Amino acid sequence: MSVLNNLINGISLGSVYAIIALGYTMVYGIAKMLNFAHGDIIMVGAYVCFFATQSFGLPPLAGLLLAMVVCTVLGIVIERLAYKPLRQAPSLAVLITAIGVSYLLQNSALLLWKADPKVFPSFFEFSDPVTGQVKTGLTLFDGQVSIPYVALFTIVVCLVIMVALTLFTSKTKMGKAMRACSEDKGAATLMGIDVNFTISMTFAIGSALAAVAGLLLCSSYRSLMPTTGSLPGIKAFTAAVFGGIGSIPGAFLGGILLGIIEIFAKTINTDISDAVVFTVLIVVLLVKPSGLLGKVVHEKV
Amino acid sequence: MCTVLTVNDLNVYYGAIHAVKNVSFEVREGEVVTLIGANGAGKSTILKTVAGQLPARSGTVDFLGQPLGSIPPHKIVTRGLALVPEGRQIFQQLSVEENLEMGAFTRPKGESSGSMDEIYARFPRLYERRRQIAGTLSGGEQQMLAIGRALMSKPKLLMLDEPSMGLAPILVGQIFEIIRELNQNGTTILLVEQNAQMALSVAHRGYVLETGKVLLTGTGEDLLKDESVKRAYLGG
Repeated sequence: MSVLNNLINGISLGSVYAIIALGYTMVYGIAKMLNFAHGDIIMVGAYVCFFATQSFGLPPLAGLLLAMVVCTVLGIVIERLAYKPLRQAPSLAVLITAIGVSYLLQNSALLLWKADPKVFPSFFEFSDPVTGQVKTGLTLFDGQVSIPYVALFTIVVCLVIMVALTLFTSKTKMGKAMRACSEDKGAATLMGIDVNFTISMTFAIGSALAAVAGLLLCSSYRSLMPTTGSLPGIKAFTAAVFGGIGSIPGAFLGGILLGIIEIFAKTINTDISDAVVFTVLIVVLLVKPSGLLGKVVHEKV
Repeated sequence: MCTVLTVNDLNVYYGAIHAVKNVSFEVREGEVVTLIGANGAGKSTILKTVAGQLPARSGTVDFLGQPLGSIPPHKIVTRGLALVPEGRQIFQQLSVEENLEMGAFTRPKGESSGSMDEIYARFPRLYERRRQIAGTLSGGEQQMLAIGRALMSKPKLLMLDEPSMGLAPILVGQIFEIIRELNQNGTTILLVEQNAQMALSVAHRGYVLETGKVLLTGTGEDLLKDESVKRAYLGG
């Protein structure tokens, strides 16, 4: 039964990776850049949610919405100030800038909110109306399998986001325009699509999702500090590459698989679980360099 | 007959290369005008500058009496100017229908659905393949899609950049037949071509360019008969 427990925990962790990976993959698809500050947006979102609920007494949903708004604005501002001036610059310059923005966010958080970890509130526990006991999850099979509510909620949220984004990119005019931009910005401009606006929109969506991921991640691990977003960010980037960067279903598949692998690796040996995760990435890239669902890109000459 | 496009004393540079030198020409309503000339004569550069993809160093581009110079590139299509770019540049990973929808990006949905029906009526092949990914179309079909996509914006001037490029001779004939039909139905066309013979046979007027300058201008018929044009561009 512990296999089932681990599987559910793995899918839940993977769902968080998948939501973060979406931000990486959409921005890469359209702006053709790796936004390494994306992980730190998660941390900002989590802090906003933390203070909104703990210091200002807002309900969790309001805290989440506020965090999404703050992250959306932050994402757009970062793109406008740091990345947009480098639109024509070599990709290495953009990459270094993104790493710089990442440290800027981490250090600003350190200054504002200090290094000591905050205990993130538990939004996912309910007291049993009959016994008065506090329950944090479902127990099945006489207690052999326990599924935390937060894990269930995370998986459901991830599925909803996936369906919504797939519908957005395949059915709406703006979504189709995003795909057109990702393929050919010159032709998209000829159609009357405002490429700069489209890139801003992509950063906005990715950053709002990062806020959601921040809440889910910290609700699972219950601890929040300025470096909280860093490792999950790198792993979600790994998930995006693993699934095929630029592909939305790829981000989903890569995230879920990575989460499952990580949890099972942890049951064998906690110390090496991250190493296992990255080894799997290396092996996949050796066999299929474009990732699991990635398209082979033909460079135009 | 009113003038749709007036280009006056246009100069365009690629870095240090002076690609377009003091070029002036005009396109009047209902005309097919062609710019012909060898590779590197500056023809495509002129179209790209008119469409806002390249900046002009000096000179003016007026469209329907309004200067185009300071308009952001993505707004130009809303003025009624559409370009079918060189090499077609269709969205390979979007379906045929989605490509057409993108062509009508600036128009409200209710308004553009009629245009889509018209384009399907004109190009039945596109209708048959409307759900197919555009990258799987043949070269000729892709060119039809590129033209259809440009028409979706209901342009007052349709500019075509080397529409015959890379197509088999039989398809080249078809594409020029389409150009002739579009014009007969009232579309004003500015055509850039290396295939001077075909271009001059559909054009009312033509401009011959050489190394960035207008060398010669006249009606399509006159230029077809002109000895120097024959020698240089028509292989005889």
